[in-house]
Amino acid sequence: MAVLIYTENYDGKFKKSSYELVSYGTEIANQQGTEAVAVTIGNVEEAVLKELGNYGAKKAVKVLNDELKDFSAQAYTAAIEQVAKNNSADVIIFGNNPSGRAIAPRLAVRMNAGLVAGAVAAPSSLSPFTVKKRAYSGKAFADVVVNSDIKVITLSQNSYKIVEKSTYIEVEDFKAEISEGAYAVKPIEVVKSSGKLSVTDADILVSAGRGLKAADNWGMIEEMADILGAGISCSRPVSDLGWRPHDEHVGQTGKVVAPNLYIAIGISGAVQHLAGVNGSKIIVCINTDADAPFFEAADYGIVGDAFEVVPKLNEAFKKFIQES
Amino acid sequence: MKALICIGHVPDTTSKVKFTDEDTKFDTTDIQYIVGPYEELALTRLLDLKDAGTDMHITAVNVGSVETEATLRKALAMGADEAIRINAEPTDAAFVAKQIAEVFKKGEYDVVVTGKESIDYNGGQTEGMIAEFLGLPSVSGASLFEIDGDKVKLEQEIEGGKQVLEASFPFVVSAGKGFAVEPRIPNMRGIMMARRKSLEVVEPVDQNNMTEVIKHYLPEAKPECKLVSPDNVEELVRLLHEEAKAI
Ligand SMILES: Cc1cc2nc3c(=O)[nH]c(=O)nc-3n(C[C@H](O)[C@H](O)[C@H](O)COP(=O)(O)OP(=O)(O)OC[C@H]3O[C@@H](n4cnc5c(N)ncnc54)[C@H](O)[C@@H]3O)c2cc1C
Repeated sequence: MAVLIYTENYDGKFKKSSYELVSYGTEIANQQGTEAVAVTIGNVEEAVLKELGNYGAKKAVKVLNDELKDFSAQAYTAAIEQVAKNNSADVIIFGNNPSGRAIAPRLAVRMNAGLVAGAVAAPSSLSPFTVKKRAYSGKAFADVVVNSDIKVITLSQNSYKIVEKSTYIEVEDFKAEISEGAYAVKPIEVVKSSGKLSVTDADILVSAGRGLKAADNWGMIEEMADILGAGISCSRPVSDLGWRPHDEHVGQTGKVVAPNLYIAIGISGAVQHLAGVNGSKIIVCINTDADAPFFEAADYGIVGDAFEVVPKLNEAFKKFIQES
Repeated sequence: MKALICIGHVPDTTSKVKFTDEDTKFDTTDIQYIVGPYEELALTRLLDLKDAGTDMHITAVNVGSVETEATLRKALAMGADEAIRINAEPTDAAFVAKQIAEVFKKGEYDVVVTGKESIDYNGGQTEGMIAEFLGLPSVSGASLFEIDGDKVKLEQEIEGGKQVLEASFPFVVSAGKGFAVEPRIPNMRGIMMARRKSLEVVEPVDQNNMTEVIKHYLPEAKPECKLVSPDNVEELVRLLHEEAKAI
């Protein structure tokens, strides 16, 4: 038995979220008295693979097939299933991100496994196997019991802390059997987002809404993000109006984020917006309207005009960073 | 083209979430049910393609008890041609996916379209599971769906960007943001016509439940927001550093 963790690499590198997944998988392996095995697809240097041992993985499997250069839910599922079977994995873990959400359901059906999507904690019980997950767009949580022998879990980002645990790690190369039909949907092109910090990876997000009134008023928001090393996000009307790119839109119909710090400027805090951000650790709200619903979800707030508050706050952040 | 579109029956986005029966069941008192927001986008796109001249027959399908028929009627009022209700409680994603896969096989459809995720259990599982039950390719969270002859151009989000894809029928796709822009709102004529459209009820096939929700929780109440004066923003910086340890 083993816990298998799909650690996606990006041009041969892992992100923080992979270490979170390995830490989570290691915790489950410890609970079960089994071992954590990481699997990745594509070319990753041995030294990079071995870093997964710093978070408890005993083995890292690298799937080498050239055919797997482009993402295909079907082909990736087939490869991971083979690695899972080789390692007798009974728990298989993915991030609750686009690839995890594409592969996990397919794998669950193939392996006759129950799937918990969007888990937020390690199992509270192994028998019955019970995991807590996010539900109702963050307005609630649910305990889910998985009845099958094999379990598949997708873990919500930022919901499990990274635990360093240096372990001797073995590295293994693997060649999967991929059938011809696995690329029935043909990848034509991959369009990478610009080099900036992605909304779901950022530890701090500076987010702004329609209260900013026009696209050219984002200079002070970009400045704040620069000072704090933060990502930028926005409310839906802002991206609908074309003031900001669509990949910055957070909320129920946009991205779900859970940074350590979320600074909401000129955003009312409608439920559909909160649905995407209510997993943030600390929320700051800056709004002219003291009755804006965001103040109910926020930890700290300033009732004031963004055009006055933000430049002052930027100076204060700058001063703090210089002094610390 | 024959499209099967899965219609989620979900509480209105602004609903207050409460539970009953010792937190095992969702409290439906005073809850308005709607077509899931992503399924609305999915259906809207199919209707747009149909209006633009694509030969298209759209069947809305839902796994649910008789209460969900009102939601299926809304899909018909938006413009779906017919509806099928699979008469069972949607207890588990694998159960739901299996039922839809069976309907797909019987009806010789070309494509299954679902929403990216439901807004109650946020699973995002049905599309991939249906595809696997049928042995078909799948595209998750598509932000583009364009038909050109017998080929379909799609885009799907991947970590760090997006992938442009070309598919030929049959396949399974889930609709994300961008699939359509503004969801269609049924008009009077659509509502009148919906009454005359076929809503077939079929019985489920056997499929074990793999998972079971046993308890719900509401998030812990947040302590009241600490307000800082706009004339003293340094205080906010201090609190974020010393108290919240967020910077
Ligand atoms: C099915 C559905 C899905 C949706 N999904 C999403 C989603 O994913 N994400 C999302 O964001 N929304 C979503 N919405 C829209 C949502 O309901 C709100 O309309 C939206 O979040 C409002 O954006 P906003 O707060 O930026 O704008 P507004 O509602 O216009 O609020 C602007 C705020 O700025 C404040 N303000 C004005 N001037 C200033 C100033 N000078 N300084 C400081 N504050 C100022 C105002 O007091 C106000 O609170 C969805 C809606 C529906 C129906």
